[in-house]
Amino acid sequence: MTRAVRVVVNGEAHEGAVEPRTSLADFLREDLDLTGTHVGCEHGVCGACTVLLDGEPIRACLMLAVQADGRSITTIEGLAPAGAPGDADPPLHPIQEAFRAHHGLQCGYCTPGIVLATHAFLRECPEPGAGDIREMLAGHLCRCTGYHFIVEAIEAAARALRGSRPPLDGAEGPSPIPRASPPGGV
Amino acid sequence: MKPAPFAYEAPASVPEALELLARHGDDAKVLAGGQSLVPMLNLRLARPAVVVDINGVGGLAGLALRGGTLAVGALVRQRALERWAAVHAPLCAEALRHLGHVAIRTRGTVVGSLVHADPAAELPAVFLCCDGALAVHGPGGERIVAAGALFQGPLTTSVGSEELAVEARLALPDERTGWGFSEVARRHGDFALAGAVALLRRDAGGSADHVRLALFGVGGTPVRGAAAEAELLGREPTAARLREAARAAAAALDPPADIHATSAYRRRAAAVLAERALAAALARAGRAA
Repeated sequence: MTRAVRVVVNGEAHEGAVEPRTSLADFLREDLDLTGTHVGCEHGVCGACTVLLDGEPIRACLMLAVQADGRSITTIEGLAPAGAPGDADPPLHPIQEAFRAHHGLQCGYCTPGIVLATHAFLRECPEPGAGDIREMLAGHLCRCTGYHFIVEAIEAAARALRGSRPPLDGAEGPSPIPRASPPGGV
Repeated sequence: MKPAPFAYEAPASVPEALELLARHGDDAKVLAGGQSLVPMLNLRLARPAVVVDINGVGGLAGLALRGGTLAVGALVRQRALERWAAVHAPLCAEALRHLGHVAIRTRGTVVGSLVHADPAAELPAVFLCCDGALAVHGPGGERIVAAGALFQGPLTTSVGSEELAVEARLALPDERTGWGFSEVARRHGDFALAGAVALLRRDAGGSADHVRLALFGVGGTPVRGAAAEAELLGREPTAARLREAARAAAAALDPPADIHATSAYRRRAAAVLAERALAAALARAGRAA
């Protein structure tokens, strides 16, 4: 038995009918043809299917499509500003641009998830250290790069975005989360 | 499609949810954040006939401080508690930072982590340290399960299949009470190979008048370090005594061995982590005036 799902994806309203066991990742890929959301482990470990749900990162393999009813989702297809029709080299989002410039990807399988997670991360942590970046990247498996160029790409993206953040679906991000101070530090 | 087929129910109230659970019993699973259940569905380790999705149930999303007790409704996401705790409850914030990844915490719930009861999870140990209590609704009305009576084994709690956990309550440490958190994991965000949470408060004379130690990843459930607490309570918490207490707590453990660590490694790590957590708690503890 199927159930109706109404979602806004990348600013566009969509409607579908799904079996309850359909994951949000499969719904995006198979029903909406948005195959930029990659599916790796399908149990929440690899991070490839990360998308933004109302502006916050989630694993699309760990949410049922029926649960997304009424919510707003951003996938990798919705990150870059729309280019002119027929443009052979449409514009990229500054994070995508930084990944390209700094060789932050090889095969590209993990990249959509990392780019979207980076989008949410830099909104909360606009001036990250390399340690912060690596902690965030622990949620994303990349089998090609060894991560060094990804870290450099994210550092470059952070520099590019500071002060000139393009809005995304009008979603205003939450403020940064401060860390606990070390014991005996006072 | 990964999961086996299931019937999907989305009750709007606790009584509706309880009615479904009473009707389907062990054939039903409750879905909240889904960060543990959905992987098990995808791997077909769990094949419930009915999934009862409580995300539409009203009245379960509250996060409130009553006196010194933090009340966390069953639909409060880990990320929401993390944001609140960063300002008001640093122990919770530090523990949550180690729980999975941001994308997991966005959906995962605090109460869900408690009733999933993974023995290597962080929140159950914090719950034990903070003298936690779980409000559970069932056919007989509401009952309160103390943290010490909740965890029965790996992924097993005393919450019945016809019951719904609606709120977790934690006695947050007061401002004089220091806290410590320490774990070892292969990667940031992985389940811990071993970990420790500690609370310590000193009286005007400098003796410890409140001590809690909980260890996780070292057995079938998170456990209180009773031997360590007894060693420290009423005494001056010197560095030597902290070490002695941590060793006593670890000596009482019989940790499991797996591909990641031997039993002996986990016991030794537990002693070191308990000592670190206790030392951090001591360093953060104020003195009574």
